[in-house]
Amino acid sequence: MLNIVVRRLVAGAALLVVVSALTFVLVALIPGDAASNILGPGASEAQLETLRHQLGLDLPLWQRYLDWAVAAVQGDLGTSIVSPQPVATQLGRGLEVSIPLAFGAVLVGSLIGVAVGVFAAVEGRWLSKALDVLVLVGMALPTFWVALLLSSVVGVQLGWLPATGFVSFDDDPVGWLRSLALPVAALCVGGIAMVSKQTRDSVDETLSRDFIDALRVEGASPRRILFGHVLRNAAIPTVAVLGALFISALSGAVLVESVFGLPGLGSIAVRATSTRDVPVIVGVAVYFCLVVIVVNLVLDVVYALINPKVRVRS
Amino acid sequence: MTAPVPDATGTFFPSPESAARRARPVLFQLARRRPLAFVALLYLVALLVVAVAGPLLAPYDPIAGDLTSALQGPSAEHWLGTDQLGRDTFSRLLVGTGPTMMYTVQVVSAALISGIVLGMTAGFAGGRIDALIMSLSDLLMSLPGMVMLLVALTLFQDEMPIAMLCIGVLISGFLMRVIRANTLSFRQETFIEAAAVSGLPTTLVLVRHILPRQLGTVLVQGSLLTGMALLLVTGVAYLGFGTEPPYPSWGLMIGDGAQIFGTQPALMVASGIAIAITVMATALLGEGLRDLSIERWSGRRIGGRAPRRLPRDGAAAPIPSVAQAPDALLSVEGLEISYGRPGDMHRVVHGVDLVVPRGATVGLVGESGSGKTATARAILGILRGGAITGGRIVLDGADITGIHDFTSAQRAALGIGYIAQEPHLSLDPTWRVGAQLIECLRRHDPALTRQAARARAVELLEAVRMRDPEETFDKYPHELSGGMAQRVAIARALCTQPRLLIADEPTTALDVTVQAEVLDLLRELQERTGMAVLIITHDWGVVADLCTAAVVMREGRVREAASVERLFTAPEDAYTATLLAATPASMPSRRARPSRYAVEPSRRAIEKEASR
Repeated sequence: MLNIVVRRLVAGAALLVVVSALTFVLVALIPGDAASNILGPGASEAQLETLRHQLGLDLPLWQRYLDWAVAAVQGDLGTSIVSPQPVATQLGRGLEVSIPLAFGAVLVGSLIGVAVGVFAAVEGRWLSKALDVLVLVGMALPTFWVALLLSSVVGVQLGWLPATGFVSFDDDPVGWLRSLALPVAALCVGGIAMVSKQTRDSVDETLSRDFIDALRVEGASPRRILFGHVLRNAAIPTVAVLGALFISALSGAVLVESVFGLPGLGSIAVRATSTRDVPVIVGVAVYFCLVVIVVNLVLDVVYALINPKVRVRS
Repeated sequence: MTAPVPDATGTFFPSPESAARRARPVLFQLARRRPLAFVALLYLVALLVVAVAGPLLAPYDPIAGDLTSALQGPSAEHWLGTDQLGRDTFSRLLVGTGPTMMYTVQVVSAALISGIVLGMTAGFAGGRIDALIMSLSDLLMSLPGMVMLLVALTLFQDEMPIAMLCIGVLISGFLMRVIRANTLSFRQETFIEAAAVSGLPTTLVLVRHILPRQLGTVLVQGSLLTGMALLLVTGVAYLGFGTEPPYPSWGLMIGDGAQIFGTQPALMVASGIAIAITVMATALLGEGLRDLSIERWSGRRIGGRAPRRLPRDGAAAPIPSVAQAPDALLSVEGLEISYGRPGDMHRVVHGVDLVVPRGATVGLVGESGSGKTATARAILGILRGGAITGGRIVLDGADITGIHDFTSAQRAALGIGYIAQEPHLSLDPTWRVGAQLIECLRRHDPALTRQAARARAVELLEAVRMRDPEETFDKYPHELSGGMAQRVAIARALCTQPRLLIADEPTTALDVTVQAEVLDLLRELQERTGMAVLIITHDWGVVADLCTAAVVMREGRVREAASVERLFTAPEDAYTATLLAATPASMPSRRARPSRYAVEPSRRAIEKEASR
């Protein structure tokens, strides 16, 4: 178990280094640097030189990266080009929105997905076929389109839930929940499709195994077989897809946040992209990677807990 | 020519030469066997035509609107209505296909090139390069696509193609993996190895011999990647990156549609559905191609098999009592078993009779396909996809022909134990050995306390001669060897204190030395408990060793049923004699110990042995 955690942590650290270094090098490659961006086209060469020196842009690339990395480890991701705010502060606030959104979508998506998948596998053929169609449609609907539709219909026309905006949990817990309800609903559609298909397939597969026959001959009740044996075995491949589900939820969160005007990491990333705010976009990439690493680590531990084969090998 | 090597995602073409020749049959087969995927293909081809010829096909100017006809719903004039500037939605959708598809194609091309080149390099180079490329693939698969796309757009805002290239590489992680796996399997084939030995340059081998055979995989994965790319491209277009207004693209149109959704929903609905249908088409085509290729190498029709269902406990119907010969425990009379659907059944077992006397051990012998396993499974009530269509099964005076509909309580009360062929598969891999035994013990005796059940379970493990019962108790099945796992399976069958034990090839999956031990154990347990045993086998050695009588089956019929002595010394049926003769003279598991029935080696067996 410890082995898995350590291996994951090392891989995670490597991922962070690669992503940040790659972004860093790419930034250095594009013509025009931060100095000319800040001073504008009218600046003299002397002014540029002074500012470059101030910003440390005259240092070699590797040293700049090292300086950035040392500061980043201490929680300093530099300052946004557009606003005077430190990047870390800005992103920290974004996380408060994006994390509940993505986790909520994965949680709701996997709960509904597992329920639908098990029901389809146990209940029968036509339901299982209908599920195939639902999965096909669910995976094909663009997330931002679903988000816009929910916002327009449920938010604006019916007025049941806020169509846009975010309420902080500290200000109003109920309002917080209401402001996240539609975004989570939009974001979990793909997850429901993915998890329900995976669950249905793994329950089907488990039901075809020999030990189910042995249990039936012994006289184990169908309920006991399903809840004691089938679900536990079927959970193994289902947990394995949750990592991918989470990554796609983070991806979708960018669009969903834009649609609902939520001030999350995604909205920050979109704004940084249109203003070419490099420190912010590098910070966003690093934050997203961090979240992915932590989630994968937790999922690995869960996977090892439910799958005895992993548990023993480590 | 070596046979094509199958892979999970599909390889159609066994060699480059025949690739072109077979291209048409693949299309034809797709149309015939996967019509939906074929329709999807036609749709996607039509879409490409529209992407190129959109401006020519559009009935209205997509940019200059007519304000007098703004915000209209679908009509004969404007099929999909108009937007707030009076521009025809249908025309804009047609014209918007061009840029949307252009970016999508850019992303997919980059993904294909990156996936194929890096995947083939990894598979062919091996070693460190392989490890490096695989870590890259892992890395790519753990990055959220949309976020990385924004990073790429920040860096290359004015260079959309470069941003699209970046994103293509980003989504190529999975393709890389699949191509690598294919390459690994291809390169082990003789003619590739021969080419390498004869000094053909590696690049030439890769390009001429390995690349063409990846075509199937590339088609399948390319199709799925197209859907993924389209969702990303329309997503960023909605965010305002890519095509600039007033020019249309699908993603932009959704944004426009959302603004007027309250007054005129047609625009948003139409553009969203256009994207969804296209993504569905790529998924259908990809899955269709994959199924087709799997069917090609496995010969199995995909999707035809109904998954097994968990039976439910209905109301318990009374089990009828019938007269039975007093010394018989199990009598099977004229048993017929058929497979298929109602109205299209084919019979595989045609009227089997057999009797297992109390306390006796009876062998059910036959080649694979003789119906012996189907017969055993029918008695156990675990037929898969088949049904008992005739005859009767009587156990100790009770008619259990309807066992498939019995409730679990009725099954539990029957006192039948079952040992499967593959011991590891017959135990739940997620439960510890001890827990599985306790579960079974307490089901059959609900009054048993947990501690008492535990003690009893350890006793059972001792009874099946586990070397260290206490330690085994806490192990998972995969930690046991095959022989140990089969002992556990036997212990579990004994939990129910069965009157009848049915063992389906209990030693086939085991090592030769372990086979003898397990057979000894079965004999000992049979003698100790006095239970009757029905053992299914193709191994005459097992019959000679354990059984008092045997039933020989072939093609779903009983050929001969007699005492073992009779069968070995004077088989009446010609087939029994052939079967006996075809068995290698010295039974592997029997050499070490004196057998109760000596089997004379036949002339054919000796000749066969000599000719090796």
